[in-house]
Amino acid sequence: MTKPVPAFRCDLTLRELREGLESAQTTVADALGARGYPEGAMFAVRLAIEEAVVNAFRHGNLSDPKKVVFFRAAIDDARADFEVEDQGPGFDPRLIPDPTDEDNLEIPSGRGVMLIKAYMTEVEYVKPGNKLRMALVKPTSP
Amino acid sequence: MAAPSSHISIRKVDGIMRIDFVDRNILDELNIHQIGEELLKSVESETKPKVVIVFRNVEHMSSAAYGTLMKFQERVKIRDGTLRLCEMKPRVAEGFTITKLIRLFSIHETFEAAVESFN
Repeated sequence: MTKPVPAFRCDLTLRELREGLESAQTTVADALGARGYPEGAMFAVRLAIEEAVVNAFRHGNLSDPKKVVFFRAAIDDARADFEVEDQGPGFDPRLIPDPTDEDNLEIPSGRGVMLIKAYMTEVEYVKPGNKLRMALVKPTSP
Repeated sequence: MAAPSSHISIRKVDGIMRIDFVDRNILDELNIHQIGEELLKSVESETKPKVVIVFRNVEHMSSAAYGTLMKFQERVKIRDGTLRLCEMKPRVAEGFTITKLIRLFSIHETFEAAVESFN
């Protein structure tokens, strides 16, 4: 019988997009791998973190180098929870145009949140909208 | 002969421009910007280009990459050309399905099928 791996927690302050993202991705991939998350779950988390952190820097902080992004993760054998918080004023996610509407289909941006919702089990924006909580329940099969 | 490029390789055979992505992950925004520049440059002197982008090497794509592909398709259309996409791994194809971009692009299983579709 395999011994359960203790829960993992991290709280990172990301000061720059590329380095910050790489740091968050590497940390999370190691923690997921150690707890036997299948490849499909690793892919989903990687994509969701990518989209969430890019959105936080670009749209939340408006690429202001004085602002940071807070990244928190809690991962155990059953689920992986994440928070991505920027220092912007927040936004109402209901106002994002649906990129799959026929009228919006040819707009080249706005698909990040949609991908996060598609790949993660739970997604929630915390008011005023500058903090994204998302979670993935560990699947029982790859 | 493949043209030197950091993110894509371009070959032109029998009037078909074949573009292969070199990178496994098309995620990073800076890389995506460079890929976009390289793609646009590839057709800038072409008339009625027939272009096939081969995704064989690609494992991951972010939403920014979709935007780049959409802009490229627009550029190809402006030049009276045609764009085909092919050889996507299931997860990459899934992204096109989720975002419903399969309605905007002509996607094929193989390079040969993509070429055949020009006829």
